[in-house]
Amino acid sequence: MTETLIPFAEAIERYEPVIGLETHVELGTRTKMFCGCVTTFGAEPNSQTCPVCLGLPGSLPVVNRTAIEYTIRIGLALNCTIAEWCRFARKNYFYPDMPKNFQISQYDEPLCTDGYLDVRLDGDGVGGPGAGGRQAQGGSARTVRVGIERVHLEEDTGKSLHVGGATGRIHGAEYSLVDYNRAGIPLVEIVTRPVTGTGEDAPVAARLYVTELRDLLRSLGVSDVRMEEGSLRCDVNTSLAPPGAPWGTRTETKNVNSLRSVERAVEFEIERQAAVLDAGGRVIQETRHLHEDTGTTTSGRSKEEAQDYRYFPEPDLVPVAPPRDWVEQIRASLPEAPAKVRARLRAEWNVSALEMDAIVNAGALDLVVQTVAAGASPADARKWWLGELSRRAHDTGTELTALPITPAQVARIAELVAAGTLNDRLARDVIDAVLAGEGDPDAIVEARGLAVVSDEGALTAAVDEAIAANPEVAAKIRDGKIAAAGVLVGAVMKATRGKADAARVRELILERLT
Amino acid sequence: MELTRMTAAELSAALTSREVSATEVTRAHLDRIAAVDDRVHAFLHVAADSALEQARDIDARRHHGENLSPLAGVPVAVKDVFATKGLPTTCGSRILEGWHPPYDATIVQRLKQSGAIILGKTNMDEFAMGSSTENSAYGTSHNPWDLDKIPGGSSGGSSAAVAAYEAPLAIGTDTGGSIRQPAAVCGIVGTKPTYGGSSRYGVVAFASSLDTPGPFGRTVLDAALLHEAMSGHDPMDSTSIDAPVPPVVAAAREADVSGMRIGVVAELGGEGYQPGVLARFAESVELLESLGAKVTEVSCPHFRYALPAYYLIAPSECSSNLARFDAMRYGLRVGDDGTRDAEEVMALTREQGFGAEVKRRIILGTYALSSGYYDAYYGKAQQVRTLIIRDFDAAFGQVDVLVSPATPTTAFRIGERADDPMAMYLADLATIPSDLAGNAAISVPCGLADEDGLPVGLQVMAPAMADDRLYRVAAAAEAAFTRRWGHPLLAEAKGL
Repeated sequence: MTETLIPFAEAIERYEPVIGLETHVELGTRTKMFCGCVTTFGAEPNSQTCPVCLGLPGSLPVVNRTAIEYTIRIGLALNCTIAEWCRFARKNYFYPDMPKNFQISQYDEPLCTDGYLDVRLDGDGVGGPGAGGRQAQGGSARTVRVGIERVHLEEDTGKSLHVGGATGRIHGAEYSLVDYNRAGIPLVEIVTRPVTGTGEDAPVAARLYVTELRDLLRSLGVSDVRMEEGSLRCDVNTSLAPPGAPWGTRTETKNVNSLRSVERAVEFEIERQAAVLDAGGRVIQETRHLHEDTGTTTSGRSKEEAQDYRYFPEPDLVPVAPPRDWVEQIRASLPEAPAKVRARLRAEWNVSALEMDAIVNAGALDLVVQTVAAGASPADARKWWLGELSRRAHDTGTELTALPITPAQVARIAELVAAGTLNDRLARDVIDAVLAGEGDPDAIVEARGLAVVSDEGALTAAVDEAIAANPEVAAKIRDGKIAAAGVLVGAVMKATRGKADAARVRELILERLT
Repeated sequence: MELTRMTAAELSAALTSREVSATEVTRAHLDRIAAVDDRVHAFLHVAADSALEQARDIDARRHHGENLSPLAGVPVAVKDVFATKGLPTTCGSRILEGWHPPYDATIVQRLKQSGAIILGKTNMDEFAMGSSTENSAYGTSHNPWDLDKIPGGSSGGSSAAVAAYEAPLAIGTDTGGSIRQPAAVCGIVGTKPTYGGSSRYGVVAFASSLDTPGPFGRTVLDAALLHEAMSGHDPMDSTSIDAPVPPVVAAAREADVSGMRIGVVAELGGEGYQPGVLARFAESVELLESLGAKVTEVSCPHFRYALPAYYLIAPSECSSNLARFDAMRYGLRVGDDGTRDAEEVMALTREQGFGAEVKRRIILGTYALSSGYYDAYYGKAQQVRTLIIRDFDAAFGQVDVLVSPATPTTAFRIGERADDPMAMYLADLATIPSDLAGNAAISVPCGLADEDGLPVGLQVMAPAMADDRLYRVAAAAEAAFTRRWGHPLLAEAKGL
């Protein structure tokens, strides 16, 4: 079924969007939320399970203290109040990937409440245009304070694989397989308050919020926040109403699994809901599924036939009452917030917001910081990581951080180039060698004899040879056609296998022929 | 002396002095089971092979001079609600037919470590819901005093096994009275320890905030020995209390109530109680007074709301706890013929796998937790629970222990209340308050009712983690009664 849409710009002229986000983050604890099973991603199905996370009769949960600590870290970093006493609750519903047919979650007593996260709409290294989305329009240096309603802790479910059937959903499948390795992994849910007043920037604001949140969580060391592996997942709420009117009915787009999709989900819902409202229709409160390939959403389960989860306090667990001095200890150990780090570095490095975006989007911020700390200039560090090394990472399909080269090695290469020992071409050879595991740059330069030829005698001889071998080119240069010198420079570089300083070669040629 | 007639304490002494071997003791009890259990039906599964294997191991260790704990070589029957590795665990339900847990409940593990011989798994009302074992999917157990009568429930298989000399000891669980009521109607001793005093890990949950594993024995000292062996902090159960086990064995040996303040609960008696039960209870109070206790009457006005509150809280929790029985991972699976989807298979399995009482409570609980009803039912019941706890607190401000009849009536006839859930629920009238409050209580035999010649239980209740007081009072009463009667009460049982 194709939905009728109104072009975004038109929709925004007539309606004011309100957005809200629920973000699920798998915590990076070594073991699960309520048992001692490890949480390694990608293990053999059902190999990381025990009576507790399989919900076998008689088994009981015991809270993972590290998961509580991580959740408090998140709460504090989001400026939340940490509950002095709170409880887990059971959320009851039947689904084969949930071993107990209830999920241990939190309901009316979350661990963290009433916080906020400031999001700058002009980018500043939070995934601006480089991330492939539209740019914020509503004034450049605008900051949106996104209210955080709650941060709570729960357990993840298993993962179903529906085999046979066209949709990959349970309906129409021939049979289904369930992997309970994920069941019981601690999951934090971060719920925003409704975000109003962002107007045409609503889709960008949604994406930038998730981006900022992702960077914050990564800096806290509580999760690897990989959207592609599902360790960070978003549900996006969108509603529309004419300006000044009460908020409209919202839809909830489930399991949005990339930053780009967060933006597209809001954008699509604005275009779709505007069309519904324009036609005098009524937006139905429902969950919607986003199709990552087309950026469209389709109707899922209607909230009007929503289940009654029959929440009640989990009787198998004692209440959580984090001691205040522990909370203060955690607060004292929080790292500098990413937004502050970026602002400081922009000033120190003298780079623009766009340049900072490029660094962050490449996932190179920490690497550049460490390379600068190892002695490279910020410009050199950026140049190598965003240029040559990003290309290598892209070509080999790995992440920048996974390349087998250290910031210290990159700094040393930059230093060798600055000292004239290497030119850019030789530097690339050294990088190849480092990536191939041949050792440190100095050792490679030594072993391969890669240093620029700086012996004037040897260079002069090479230049004379080139002139002698190309008499007609030499004649042209003598006639004043200096541009022809390039041919001789090339010949010398070839003869020295790239180890000559091209600028010096050019000088020597011109000295002799003019 | 016949091995099956000996108490656990006597067996322990005979085993330690090597007068008998664990293998002999185990064989004697297996023989007794073979001789009488077709009439009693206390056991759902007799673990003869593994029991004898365990016994041989104990004998070998003793032979090598190893220092063994008091229960080493003493047989114990285990209610079928405890997960036992490699042994079937059905909870009296069709839905768990064929399930062999891959792990042992903490208590089972502890008993094995202490050298107790696991004789087998005992019958119970399905998922511990009932007071007679009539709700078992595998047939009703019979009271050794009169085989036409119920042995109590839900731990009726355990109480019947101990009363029929099939086992000297048994473990059960008490959620609303499921240890004390069967102990009372079978004329043996049964304790509900303090909630959190004995681990729930591996106990298939009925109502998590109430379920409490506890011991059965023919004497107070035997119950204390088992109580001590099975209790203590368990890091696998977060509601488990991290404190030393109260000195229950020492208290049972002292058996001294002189100077103790004992409160008779005004609300637990009178209307609804069988005259013969009230007569024996009154005698017990006089007896304790004669032993030097100071007896007063105390009022716990909110106890009259305990039963309705219980029948909201327990079903609510069970509706959630029993959701996991869905045919997906273990146990019964009905209708998986390739034409039905998962939801239909779940529904069919639950339809056929659960009995009527379990379904009744799941429906009750689902309703009580539903949006719009939660505050009026589950929420209100929790408030009542708080009031009951306050009643106890106030009472224990005045007295050391409280006493009441353990049950309103003696054992009733099999079938008599089977179609009347309300009448069945009343069996737990006196036991439920302690479960709601999470404190400790015991039932000890105090004579036979004149009307029917069936045993009556005296209930003693103590504050949380003061379980030793139960044993002090019960042992004193037991000693005085035994002197008066000239023999243990159970010697009068004529059913077998």
